[in-house]
Amino acid sequence: MKVIEISCLEVWREISNYLDDEVAPELRVRMEAHFKACAHCTAVLDGTKNVVKLVGDGIEYEPPEGFGQRLYSKLKEKINR
Amino acid sequence: MGAPAPDLHASQAELIRSAREGDKEAFYSLVHQCERAVYVAAIAILNNRADAEEVAQEAVLKAFANLAQFRGEAKFSTWLIQITINEARVRLRKDRRHLYESVDEHQTDEEGEHFPKDFADWREVPSEALQREELRQALKHAIARLGPKYREVLILRDVQQLSTEETAQVLGISEGNVKARLLRARLQMRDALAPGIDGSWSTGKAEYQKVRPW
Repeated sequence: MKVIEISCLEVWREISNYLDDEVAPELRVRMEAHFKACAHCTAVLDGTKNVVKLVGDGIEYEPPEGFGQRLYSKLKEKINR
Repeated sequence: MGAPAPDLHASQAELIRSAREGDKEAFYSLVHQCERAVYVAAIAILNNRADAEEVAQEAVLKAFANLAQFRGEAKFSTWLIQITINEARVRLRKDRRHLYESVDEHQTDEEGEHFPKDFADWREVPSEALQREELRQALKHAIARLGPKYREVLILRDVQQLSTEETAQVLGISEGNVKARLLRARLQMRDALAPGIDGSWSTGKAEYQKVRPW
């Protein structure tokens, strides 16, 4: 079956949905065919994937030391008054 | 091995019922399960650790005061995140510092297309490299440079791992907007980080030198 070609621009528009597995199967096939042939879009895909992985480990967003304890103390203080 | 794991949903429903009947300890347990989510939601809006902690505390107190309004249609965590986001926005409006926060935002209208700035090849990040201080700094810097509406979505989706639907709900925007903003945020992050990581590409601009992690 012949895959209908897709432009780089269309690939970039959908690249985030593609990573989240939120594109229709037909579009996924077209995007995958495009990635095989286009080093630029593959570079954008790999980089975007790395961003999701890096941001996703959440190291920058760990609550500060003692956060839970202070929250609990505050609750007790205010709610029990 | 210890006791079998309790059914999380059943026990949560039980805790919610008790909390609504005035059981404070039940409320503390509920909050304990999602305290990190509350903190992350606050920092997504405020971009400041100290403010995020204060707002998280205020939001939880507000949730307790309004517990009767929680009907259980949403998850408890989603409800609490939504209250936190509202509180954070109230704080932002009072404190007008954010008006000076992002010089980039005017360039990032979600109606427009975003084109990758370059095609720096950034293959898989080796896992030992993930911990490098330079990379973490570059990452923080890049997130801080995102316009607030993109940063919010990126943090709620990719750090907090909320679904598109939950993110739309807590931010009060459409799912289409969540997806459009997430796309923009991720592509901008890639633009900021990839050239630094790919040693083969460099414009020699200070901008990229700054984010080059090694």
